[in-house]
Formats: sequence, structure tokens, C-alpha cells
Amino acid sequence: MKIALKVNGKAQAHDVEPRTLLAHYLRDQLNLTGTHIGCDTSSCGSCTVHIDGMAVKSCSILAVQADGSEITTIEGLAKNGELHPVQQGFKECHGLQCGFCTTGMIMAAVDLLNQNPNPTEADIRHGLEGNFCRCTGYHNIVRSVQWAAKAMSESAN
Amino acid sequence: MISYPFDYVRPETVEEALEHLGGDTKILAGGHSLIPALKLRLSAPDKLVDIARIASLKKIKKDGDEIVIGGAATHREIMDSEIVQKHLPMLAKGASAVGDPMIRYKGTMGGSLAHADPSADWSAMVLAAGGEIVIQSKKGTRTVPATEFFTGFYSTALKDGDILIEIRFPVPEKGTTMTYQKFTQPASRFALVGCAAARLPDGSARVAFTGVADAPFRDKGVEEAVGDWSEAVLEAAASHAAEGQNINADHYASEVYRLHLAKVYCKRALFQLVIE
Amino acid sequence: MSNKYIGKSVKRVEDKRFITGKGRYTDDIKLVGMTHASFVRSPYAHARVTSIDTDAALEMPGVVAIFTGDDIKETGIVGVPTGWQVNFKNGDTMKEPPHPLLIATGSTAKHIGDPVAVVIAETYAQAVDAAEAVEVEWDDLEAVTDPFKAAQEGAPLVHDDARGNLAFDWELGSPLDEVNAAIDASAHVTMLEFVNQRMIPNAIEPRSYIGHYDEASDKYTLYTSTQNPHLIRLLMCAFVLGLPEHKVRVLGPDVGGGFGSKIPHYTEEALVTWASQQIKRPIKWTETRSEAFMMDAHGRDHVSKAEMGFDGEGNIKALRIKTYVNLGAYLSTFGPAVPTYLHGTLLQGLYTTPKIHIDLCGVFTHTVAVDAYRGAGRPEATYLLERLMDLSALEMGRDPIELRRQNFIPAFDGVEQPGYQTQVALQYDSGDYHGVVDKAMKMLDYKKFRKMQQEAAQNGKLLGVGFSTYIEACGIAPSAVVGSLGARAGLYESAQVRVQPTGKVSVFSGSHSHGQGHETTFAQIVADKFGIPMEDVDIVHGDSDAVAFGMGTYGSRSLAVGGSAIMKSIDKVLEKGAKIAAHKLECAADDLEFAEGKWTVKGTDKSISFGDVALTAYVPHVYPQGLEPGLDFASFYDPTNFTYPFGCHIAVVEVDKETGKVKLQRFIAVDDVGNVINPMIVDGQIHGGLAQGIGQALLEGAIYDENGQLVNGSYMDYAMPRADDLPMFELDRQETPCPHNPLGVKGAGEAGTIGSTPAVVNAVIDALWSGGHKVRDITMPLTGERVWRAMKSNS
Repeated sequence: MKIALKVNGKAQAHDVEPRTLLAHYLRDQLNLTGTHIGCDTSSCGSCTVHIDGMAVKSCSILAVQADGSEITTIEGLAKNGELHPVQQGFKECHGLQCGFCTTGMIMAAVDLLNQNPNPTEADIRHGLEGNFCRCTGYHNIVRSVQWAAKAMSESAN
Repeated sequence: MISYPFDYVRPETVEEALEHLGGDTKILAGGHSLIPALKLRLSAPDKLVDIARIASLKKIKKDGDEIVIGGAATHREIMDSEIVQKHLPMLAKGASAVGDPMIRYKGTMGGSLAHADPSADWSAMVLAAGGEIVIQSKKGTRTVPATEFFTGFYSTALKDGDILIEIRFPVPEKGTTMTYQKFTQPASRFALVGCAAARLPDGSARVAFTGVADAPFRDKGVEEAVGDWSEAVLEAAASHAAEGQNINADHYASEVYRLHLAKVYCKRALFQLVIE
Repeated sequence: MSNKYIGKSVKRVEDKRFITGKGRYTDDIKLVGMTHASFVRSPYAHARVTSIDTDAALEMPGVVAIFTGDDIKETGIVGVPTGWQVNFKNGDTMKEPPHPLLIATGSTAKHIGDPVAVVIAETYAQAVDAAEAVEVEWDDLEAVTDPFKAAQEGAPLVHDDARGNLAFDWELGSPLDEVNAAIDASAHVTMLEFVNQRMIPNAIEPRSYIGHYDEASDKYTLYTSTQNPHLIRLLMCAFVLGLPEHKVRVLGPDVGGGFGSKIPHYTEEALVTWASQQIKRPIKWTETRSEAFMMDAHGRDHVSKAEMGFDGEGNIKALRIKTYVNLGAYLSTFGPAVPTYLHGTLLQGLYTTPKIHIDLCGVFTHTVAVDAYRGAGRPEATYLLERLMDLSALEMGRDPIELRRQNFIPAFDGVEQPGYQTQVALQYDSGDYHGVVDKAMKMLDYKKFRKMQQEAAQNGKLLGVGFSTYIEACGIAPSAVVGSLGARAGLYESAQVRVQPTGKVSVFSGSHSHGQGHETTFAQIVADKFGIPMEDVDIVHGDSDAVAFGMGTYGSRSLAVGGSAIMKSIDKVLEKGAKIAAHKLECAADDLEFAEGKWTVKGTDKSISFGDVALTAYVPHVYPQGLEPGLDFASFYDPTNFTYPFGCHIAVVEVDKETGKVKLQRFIAVDDVGNVINPMIVDGQIHGGLAQGIGQALLEGAIYDENGQLVNGSYMDYAMPRADDLPMFELDRQETPCPHNPLGVKGAGEAGTIGSTPAVVNAVIDALWSGGHKVRDITMPLTGERVWRAMKSNS
């Protein structure tokens, strides 16, 4: 089945099997391997990307369902070589270790801050409940998001 | 993880979608129950009919003295809807108990109800809010009260060739309060036990449970026992929660504990209604 | 030498690729002509294969080849070995039945998921589709999954030649009759029968392998998500496939977490390598999460009875333990070592217990193999000791912290004072156990907490505090010692420091980073030792062609052992550099001092920079006679002892009186991991360890039913900590340098996991006692139901 969509600002058109998951399409067809697959049950969040500005789990969405939409993956988050504040925050606050959950975690955190620019610690923890991290104990992830929230509010002012 | 091969269609209207149903067809809305099941090869449909973009199914509106939530409205849209927030705040708040932020952008109330997972959050809330399920087939449209919709373990009043097109709720009379209280299953984060309850201005109650038995249910016994809503009476009412039900058991909650939780959460829900 | 980086929270070098999605994990790699594999697995825990029919599957679209256990059997490949031999008490050899790559007709599958055949196809989807078309007939047999039951007479046998399902039995410590006598003479004996439940490691990256045989060069390449590429090469070449090691390259690219589960040599690694040679094309296999639950080595799984005897003053007089350890169906790489030499040897804890005896049975069951899981043996030892300490305090009406302090080994630095010789074989290096307790108790504000607890109890709320003071043995390990204990490999580490002609430095390390931040920490050390910017240092790891050798990363050993190997090479570079510098500066090498990146003639301003010396080494026009050109040194470091991190962990919980649900309110951890190179990274390691230890206490645990089916083999059923299950952690540290390695470091990877589990359980028990529920023990994980039942039966 033919699909046409925009990924990280670039138009794409491919013929895919309907059963192809969006995560597989991004990784295998477009070589965007920053989107990871960590589970079978839409539990872990490693595959999180944005569709039309919303963070979603690309392992539970068919590529054909994304037909016509605009997708941002981790590779498209930095603009003009400048890291997104959330990416920066993860580096500043040691919000990652092995890096595997990180890309999905960052995509989820960006959405979280888009929805709620001044989250409390509890808001952040609740807002990241769809993402597993096995390395950090979440402590520094929470700090990373707090760092990014502050950076974003400062740059907005 | 990859499912068996299938065809995929994305009709633009309900009528068109109905044309595609039949055989081993499955309806795809948000897909957050269906696609994991397909990936695990628990199901092998020939064709998926994607209704997620049918405009008429996306609507959330006030229609006279009813609130209408389209069959393909997402958890997130319900959460963010001013109409829902104003008239049925339990649903707006309760939406945040469903899945996680990513799932809420795609998953739908209609899909959740149709899937009828015995631990789903929406079912109890829809029951307590007095919801009705509107179903369309080639034969026409029919409305099934939520109390008659859930017929058993993963089974509903939906038949082959049906599409759940909307969920209708009476606009609550002034003074009505509702709440959803949930003990979360720590892995899936579905409801190990969820109790949704409503207190109506006439002093009557609607109390519904999910996660407790094979299917969600209204608990008439509790509803009839709320009396004057005094603490002692409510406590006594809650102590009869889920009576007569066939209680589920799994590694997170035995029958005994689940029944205990039903009573505790029933009490908490009823007490919450008194506070509100 | 400079002090620019060591001890500083330098931001990680490796982060850039990970935060931009440019990490390169095995599943991200595509090779030309690559095929995909899918396994046909046993749906039963114990069943005989009566026939395998691949005819229909071979006709499926895209299928390249199918191999079954029968094909493997024909080749004579026996299977994957264990890396450790633990013999029976009576001297009999450990039972080590083969662990075949695939089950052949007539043989039995021994756990859920045990593979029978592998299907190789052009695409992943085609491989999965065709694997379903392989028809296997099974004769379902009775299974046993509990180690205690498996060791009883009449239990179904996992391997015909392992009677009583015993792989080995084992004991350690003082003579049993002396321990018995001391227990009998005790004024108080605390007895606890308990389960340390089976854990599923769940690194978020599922295992992934690519086998690639290149016909032209007759070379094999294996990309593998492993913690130890060289070890995999050694085991696979020498013990499984009989391949020439110099023709095999093993790469461990970016690896998404390990926690022990990526130490073992897995059958699938050998299989994709072997099969690639058969079909002359690369083969990728990436497991699904469902497979990961079934197939990745699990951790813990002990059934124990422990007794601790005290005199009338509360001094510990003896400790006696009987443990049944579940090894799973096959002996994994470190399987036999974890419950013995990484567990039995830690039962001294921080206490002066004069008599200790552990008796242990290593038992086969119809479950997946058990191997190292973060902490590996040491969490089990700590759990046992620290549960006993809190329980003893409750039973004797003593304060749990005072009881511990009374029994602590006094402080010793391992330099002025000798190391502490335990009753269970180890000699602790250095420690100040009161120090960490002092700090942690101050953070808690113990008095205030007890007051709050009382008030809460009066208001019908259950608050509790739980303690844990632990010691662990890390930095494994002296090769001669582990060799005498049954290790089939040495446990040294290698490192090469290559100073390039321009003064830039490439470091080739046998350690493997899968989250630990070696590219940063190692570079900090090298940069400071040479007085050069960190940007001038590159850390190369995870490639058996690039790195001389390596034992890999586990047991918190990277810095203590791998870092020490780097230090040895650094010293060699500086020694040779001094000779070159002396020649250039026309003085004796002894007249030089090295600081801030240059050699200076003492007492003068005559100097030569590190970069100039490097260039001279490669352009040796003016050069000492007889000295080789170049500035490139390899070293192997074999430690002289384990390292012994220790600490004090405190948990504060609230228990919902009506439901038993536990909420972790605070977690305090004061750890002494020796010297710290990068505090930010060390804290991160502690955080992650805490989450896993807390996860064991409250949420996690594999459940096999009586037929050997894994009941909770998915994230919908197996609970792991999510962000909102945990509070912000409160950390502090003490630094007691390790006296026997050049960096003075002890290791931080496992400390959090080891200390935290008993603290949480102790806190829940304390909370229940505050409400009058005199509960002695609750089996982990402490689900709402278990806590509720404990309250109900003790009200």
C-alpha cells in the first residue's frame, strides 16, 4: 500500500505492507534507527516519536495509519544543528546511561513540556509513566526535564 | 514482533466503513489494544477497517441534554474537551488514568469499550455516568445502555457488522458528583480494581466496578444501600460491594484480596462523593 | 599529571550520539545481503521432541534455510559451556550436562522457549511467518520449577545424569559442628525461612546478534549486544564452534544496558555465526521482548533458611544457612559462581560474627538459566544478613542501628591496619563502617522520624524506616584466586595506551561500556595523567580486532580492574617518555619531573612537552641509543584482591492500612566506593542500582506456574519501577581509598542494588510493627496483597 508522509521535514513516499509498524518503517525503510524497539506491548516507550506534534508509540501504530502525517523522530529534533533544550538537559544532568530508552524518553519529555511548560516533579514523573528506563532510576531524568523546563522558560522570556 | 499479513482500508464515512465489514474484519481505531494483540499473533484478521479519521466519529459535543463522545475520540481529546470538563469532569480527570500520555493521544474510548478488557478504566466510568452506547450497522442505528453493553469476558453487545459510533451521557443535573477511584495493577497500570461512582441530587447513587469480575458491572446492592449518605451507612454499603459477583484472581490479587479492594475502593469513592 | 578532570563531574563524551539518535546498537546495523532469523521454540517447559517437519516452512516465501537440532547434532557441536566449575563437597565433579544450540529429535526441551529450529529468510517478517510453519511434535513431560521441590526425591529430572537435580552441593565457613554448638549456646536465635525471588533483568535493549561469515577472507564477524566481546569470542571459538580465534572478530557496539544478562555466551550467538558460514550470508537475529523474558538469563532465586545466634548482650555469635539455589535448566556462564563465590563469601557482612557456615545446593529446574543479575550473589547475601539484623532487633527489643554498630568490624585502612580476614574466605581491603552510618542517620534525622512515626500511628497511618548496611566484593578478581575456586578464565583486564605522533592518545580497553560512561571516566584519567585536554583522548572498546584482549564489564570491575590496566600502560608511557625527554633535555631521567603535560628538569625552567616527546618517539632523529621508537604500551592488570565497597541505606515508607499498598517516601544512600573519578557518573550508577533493588523489594519477580509456563512474561504482567514509583534519592558518600589498586577505587555499579532491597523490606516491616502488626517476614515482592495479608494475620 502506498503512503506519503513527511518525516523530519522531508517528504517520503513508499509502498509498504499494511502490517508494517511505523517503528519498522522508520528504522528499516528510512534508516532512522534512533527510534528503538524495546517491547511488544506498547509499554516501554523506547519507540516514541511525534506524529503531528503528538508523542506516540510507533511500535503500536501501523505505517499506513501515519499516511499523510508529519512525523518528527529524535533525529529531527535538533534544529539547525542546535540541540533541543530537552536533549541538552539530558546531557547536562546525566539523564542517560546506556542511551537505549533515551531517544523515546526525550521525545516523550518534549511533548510533556509542550503541554505543561512548568511541571512539578510529580507532573514529570506521572508524565513519563509510559517510558521505562532501567539505568538511571529516573532521578536524573526528572532533573533533566526540570533543567529543560527552566531553559525553555528563560529563552521564552 | 510482526502480525500476520492483512489488508487495510481507511474509509471516510461510517457508511463506507460498514461496507467493508464482514468476514474476518476488524475495526481499527487507536489500535492500542488491537495492534499489540496482532503483533503477538493472538488474532489474524483478513482486513483492518481504520475508522480513526472518520470526522463524524471524532466529535465531542453537547446535544440537547446529552453529551456525545464520538466513537473515535481519543482519551486525550476527552481529557482536553471543555464540554467534558464542564459537564462530566470525572471523565476528563479519569482519562488521565487511562494508559499513558502517548497511548492517550491514539487510544479511544470507543475502542476501549468495544475491546471490553475486564480491567479497562473507561467501562466503570461510563457505567457510573449513565452512558449509552450507540451502534450502527447496515440495518440501522441502535442504542444500548452501558448496563446492557458488557456481556462477559471481552464480550459486548457488538455483533459482526456493527460499529460503535458514539457514547451518549445524560448531562448531569446540578448537584451531581462523580468520582473514579482506582487501585492500579503495577505492571499494566490497568485497574486491578476500579470503582466509579455518582451521587445524584435525589440522593440516589450509581456505583460501577471494573477489574473485579469478568465484565464491568453496576452494583445495585451498593446503590440501594447508600441511604442518607452518612459515613456509617456508606461504610456498611461498601462492605457489600461486588456481592454475588464471580471475582477474578491473578498473581496481583486473589479473589479474597480483590473483593477486599472492591470494598475499600467503593468506600473511598462514596466518601469522596460526600466531600465533593 | 594535572588535576583538571579527576574527581570532577565532567559531562559525558558519549551523550551526543545518544541524545541525537545516532547511537549504533546491533539492531541498527545493516549488512549487504543480510538475512533474518526467527526461532522455533518449545511451548512446554519439559517435553520430548518426537518429530520436526520443515517441509512446509521451506516452501514459504523468502526462506533461505532452516536448521534444526538434528542438523546441529550431525555437526558434533555439543553446546555452550559454563565458565565456572563448582564441584560437590565430596569431590565429585560438577554435573555439567550439555546446553545444545537447538534441541534434536529424541531430546527434550528443558524450559519454555528452548529452541528446536531456526528459520532464516530474506526479511524479518518472512522468517517469523515461516517459523510458524515448522511443525514440531512434542511429548509433554512433567516439569519442576522450584529449587527446593526439584531437590526432593521423586521430582522430575531435568537431566538424566544429575541425580536429585543437583549440579553441585557446596559449603563454606567454619566447621559445621562448631557453628551448631555456637547456635545452641546462643541466648537468642533469630530464624528466618525466606525466598529471594527470581528476577528478570530486562535491559531495555533486547539482545541482538549479527553473524557474518566472509567467504573471501574466511573470516567470521559477530556483532553482539554483550558486556564482554572477547569472552564471547573465547568461549564460542574454543568451546562451542571450534573456530580459529584469529579468524573471528567479535564486536560489541553500543549496548543498551546489561545488568548481568548480557554476560553469558548465549546459544543464539553461536548459532548465527555458525549458520552464516552455512549460507554464506550475514544473519541478524533480534529477540522480541517476549523472547527476552523467556530466554535472557534470570537472576537470584534462592530458597533459604538462616539462623543467627546472639549472646545475652546482643553480640552475634554464629550464623548458619541452608540454601537451595535455582540454576535453571542449564549452567550459564557465571551460573555456578554467583550463589557460591559471590554469595557465600559475603556472609560475614560488616559484622564480627565468629562462626559462619553455609550449606548450599545448586539445583537444576525446568526454567531458563540463572546467572548474574546486578549485584549477583551479593544482594542475596546482604538481604539475608540485613533482614536478620532488623528482625533480631525487633525480636530482642533493640534499636536496629545500635545492634548493627555493636557488631561492626572496627575501622581499618588496609595500610596501617591490616585487611580484615573473614570467616568465609575473603580479606576485606579497607573500611569505616560507622562513618557511613553516621552520615546516613544524620540525613534521616532518626529522632525526628521516630516521633513522626508515633504521631502517624496515632492518626492511623503506618510509617516505617528500614536500614541496611552492606559490603560487597567487586573488581573481580585475582585470577589465581578465582582459578582455585573453579573459574575457567582469568579475571584480569587489558589496556593499551597508544600515544599518537601528534600527542593525541588512543586507549584500547578490554572493559565494555553499556551505560557506565567509560569513554568519559577513562578519558578523565588519561588526560590528567598526561596533562592533556580530554578531547585529545579517545577510548576504543568493544572490538576484539582493535583491543588486545578483555574480560569485559560486570561485577563493578571496569574502573578497579580495567582502569588499573590503563594506569599500568600510562606508567609505561611516562617512563619511556621520561627517557626521551631526558635525552632531549640532556639530563638524567631521574632529574625530571612530569607535571601539567611536560617534563621539567627539577629546579630549572627547562622543559619539553608531552606532545614533543610523542613526536620525537615517532620521528626519532635525536633519540636515546638503544630505545625503540614509538610510544604505545599494552598492559594486563591482574588485581591482588577484590575491592570492598560498603554503605548504609535507609528507606522510609508509608503503608496503606486498608490495602497494604506501599509508598516509598524517601531513600537515603551513603556509599563508600573508594575514590571517585566522576561523581556525576557514580551517583548515576547508584541511582540506577537503587531502582533495581527497590524494584526487587516492591514490584518484580518472575512467576513460573507448576507446568513451567512463565506467568508474567511481559510488561503487562511483570512490574518494573516507573518514574512515579520512585522518589528523588538522597545520596552522600564517604571515600575510603582502596589500598591495592593504583586509582584507589572500589566500584559503584552494583552498590545501589545490593544495599537497597532489605532496607525497603525492613521499612515495611517496621511500619507494620508501628501499627501493632508483629510481622516477621513478607515474601518479596511486597505487593499490596502480601502486605495486607501479613497485617491481617498479625493484628
